[in-house]
Amino acid sequence: MRLGLTVKAGRRGLDREVLAGYTADLLSDVMARAPRGALWVTLQTHENVVAVALLIEAAGVVITGGREPEEAACRRAESENIPLLTTPETTFAISGKLYALLGEKECLCAGSGPTCTSIPLCPLAQKRK
Amino acid sequence: MTPPAIVRAALRAGLDLIGVTDHNSAANAAAVLAAARGTPLKVLPGMEVQTKEEVHLVCLFARAGAALAWQEAVYRRLPPKDNEEAFFGAQLLLDARGRERRREKRLLLTSAALTVTEAVAEVLARGGLVIPAHVDRPAYSLIGMLGFLPPDLPVTALEVSRPENARQVAGDLAPQSRRLALVAASDAHTLADIGRCVTAFYLRSAALSEISRALRGAGGRKVVIEPFV
Repeated sequence: MRLGLTVKAGRRGLDREVLAGYTADLLSDVMARAPRGALWVTLQTHENVVAVALLIEAAGVVITGGREPEEAACRRAESENIPLLTTPETTFAISGKLYALLGEKECLCAGSGPTCTSIPLCPLAQKRK
Repeated sequence: MTPPAIVRAALRAGLDLIGVTDHNSAANAAAVLAAARGTPLKVLPGMEVQTKEEVHLVCLFARAGAALAWQEAVYRRLPPKDNEEAFFGAQLLLDARGRERRREKRLLLTSAALTVTEAVAEVLARGGLVIPAHVDRPAYSLIGMLGFLPPDLPVTALEVSRPENARQVAGDLAPQSRRLALVAASDAHTLADIGRCVTAFYLRSAALSEISRALRGAGGRKVVIEPFV
């Protein structure tokens, strides 16, 4: 994997396509704002992370700064097939790399209109400028 | 906010029972207990611990000794950083008459390396009562930080910071169909905030064990959030 992440749980969910990225540690904010299919970058390790990831249909969760997900979180992620990934890198660094990778993709919003925010460097958004 | 001034403000606000819950510290609780001695005010020693998730939990104990033992457990999990008085202010430890005994050197205004799950379990194991603080606020609250109340978290009550938010919180919790009491508390950081919002506890005596029973609604005991005054 190009972000150099370690898989801690939910390996069976790894085939999901990453449609977007989202970075936040307030789970209430993630529930309210994260786009569907996002790879969610956070430093939270609680079991609730998995439930929120399911709710937003996340492609997976990246836990930053060398933190380890709690055991209950791993068990839940395993049974729900939500990939829990870890990195020693900071939230800032890993979000930057994810942003760059997503910019290489063709945005799936294709035609969803001028409000597309699902991909940070959406080619359509570039054209619109 | 010296111990005698806190006791006077609480009595003036018509309170019978207060908790003293400094951030990650219980070091001033005994002084407030002592300052209230001989007055009608009952003081519960405790702490507002900040967990790894940046969730605030009100921890209350029957005796100051138990609160201090919990403080030791929390201090062991604080980062080895000193308080920067210019940024955060002085962390004063006062005696019952409000005189400075000393200053806490370690930085308290941070998170302890304890998860919510661990902190709740440990406070309960020590015979304490733990109530997630101001869950109606976005910041530093269990529901704000973790999105919703973890279904298996063994708490019996949640605190709201404004009585008028209790209905909304109760509605949000309804789908979990577990019995939870709601209490409102002022989270007073200044004398003027003391008594800003209050909860009526219908108890046999002003003891921690009675409060725990009232939160469960045992034997006709109950808690009622008083209207905003």
